[in-house]
Amino acid sequence: MSFLLLGLAPYPIAARRAFLGRAGVVLSGAAVALLAGRDVLATTTASSAESDTRILNTALGAELEAIAAYQVGAESGLLQKRVLDLAVTFQGHHKEHADVLAKTIAKLGGKPVAAKSKYTFPTENLKTQNDVLRFAATLEKGAVSAYLGAVPVFGDRELARAAASILGDEAMHWAILRNALGESPVPTAFVA
Amino acid sequence: MRAAVQAFAACAAAVAIVAAPLARSAAPGPEAGVAIYSRCAACHALAYDRTGPRHCGLFGRRAGSVPGFEYSDAMKKSGIVWNEATLDRFLADPLGTVPGTAMGYAGVKDSKERADLIAYLKAAGETAACRSAR
Repeated sequence: MSFLLLGLAPYPIAARRAFLGRAGVVLSGAAVALLAGRDVLATTTASSAESDTRILNTALGAELEAIAAYQVGAESGLLQKRVLDLAVTFQGHHKEHADVLAKTIAKLGGKPVAAKSKYTFPTENLKTQNDVLRFAATLEKGAVSAYLGAVPVFGDRELARAAASILGDEAMHWAILRNALGESPVPTAFVA
Repeated sequence: MRAAVQAFAACAAAVAIVAAPLARSAAPGPEAGVAIYSRCAACHALAYDRTGPRHCGLFGRRAGSVPGFEYSDAMKKSGIVWNEATLDRFLADPLGTVPGTAMGYAGVKDSKERADLIAYLKAAGETAACRSAR
């Protein structure tokens, strides 16, 4: 269970606080600088701000679904305690992503999408811990690709930077989940 | 700083040079498209709607017409009917093809990868599981 050691053991509270603080600073470049008064709309056209808001809302929708997916995994009864802790940690990251995305959308004048009342997941295929891990890995890989595809199309480069920051987090999730499945955690030098 | 920029540019160029031949050397068709489709897994599934609409029943479907799925106005008004040609155009540049689409994605720029992805979507759509999920 080396992946658990990777994922959990070197994760003391102080380090986590530092990480969260650092992550907040990174994301602030795009999201919370808005709260501090930087006017993104002054540096971008109205149409690109509208496009950026739409991209952020799509990302928010996917993050909200990921939160729900991890909840399904957590409540499946299939996960060992330490795997469950890992899933909850990753779910917490998605909650942080969603929170920042929603605040940024609102600051840009958009309306953040809400979580759906019901999500469809392939629960009939989740019969073992590995099934849950593979399902989560598939979603995280998709998230890496989605953010990679979003980075170049933001009109505001600070939003692109924030998306890249989230991309990095999703890639770490994917690697840990692959490792947990006994697969190479980093199968290629590049992601697509 | 300039050195860092040059190093990054050189690295990016290397990626472009190396990645393209590798992609072209992969076997064409639906099998290769499975890996490309994994890029869609944050938002799409074959048999059910997620952040994006389901892909079962895609070929021949009018864009923006899956019942109950909340599309952008742009997609609903696009007039597109999905086939190999329209998918190829959209996947190459979603935002350029349908300005205002909710699919905020740069696109699949490699034509071989698009062909593989489209072949996969077509093959998947012909399965019994997909036919029952349209």
